[in-house]
Amino acid sequence: MIQARVRENGVWPVVAVVAVGGAIGASARYGASLIWPTGAGSFPATTLLVNVVGCAVMGAFMVLLTEVMRNPHRLLRPFFGTGVLGGFTTFSTYAVDIERLAESGHPGTGLAYLGLTLLAALAAVWSATWATRRVVAAGRGREAR
Amino acid sequence: MNWLCVVAGAMIGAPLRFLTDRAVQARHDTVFPWGTLAVNVAGSLILGVLTGATVAGAAGSHTQLFIGTGLCGALTTYSTFSYDTLRLAESGTRFYAAVNAAVSVVAALGAVFVGVTVAEAVWR
Repeated sequence: MIQARVRENGVWPVVAVVAVGGAIGASARYGASLIWPTGAGSFPATTLLVNVVGCAVMGAFMVLLTEVMRNPHRLLRPFFGTGVLGGFTTFSTYAVDIERLAESGHPGTGLAYLGLTLLAALAAVWSATWATRRVVAAGRGREAR
Repeated sequence: MNWLCVVAGAMIGAPLRFLTDRAVQARHDTVFPWGTLAVNVAGSLILGVLTGATVAGAAGSHTQLFIGTGLCGALTTYSTFSYDTLRLAESGTRFYAAVNAAVSVVAALGAVFVGVTVAEAVWR
């Protein structure tokens, strides 16, 4: 999803904001795991919630960025989309948790977690995209009247 | 200190994802999100190795936070993966959307399995 249109000499500010955004997102994910810890062998609800929330925000953010904002700052998408949301959500922990559940004698929980995360994440990005477009369209309708 | 480990890892992982995606997508001209797939599989492989090392007692809690929660967590992404999948479905290539979802999950799980197996062989 990252645009390759960034000029070659302008890539380092982008890398810097991705790093800062990633640190913010990962810190929020780490914080969530401290507040709602899930033990080994149990359903990884916190990681599921983090990933689904991150996907919903991504759906809304991308509608605002690509369909609503007239001239967004060129560092906004790298900072928030690639950095904060990319750092907040995780695929590696998702995959490892499935393997660990299967390995520790909970293959059913692992399979349920696999499917539920996938469905909830896709439903979240789809419904947030749809809802944001509706809200924007309603706002524009009011402006036109 | 724990929090610093996560931040330091994420400040490596997130830019690495951006630069990898940029390099991968620049090499071909398809709609398929190879870059995101590449970082998700690579991050899952590394986290698999770390998990195996942790089980064997070769990785401490700071290493887990730095490489696992920080680096691998920020290197991989679910939000871009699901956004890419939605974008493929919306642009009329539903087949590619389904392939992206299936391949991402299967390849990441395969990478974890390989990583854990390698770690168990090294630190036994």
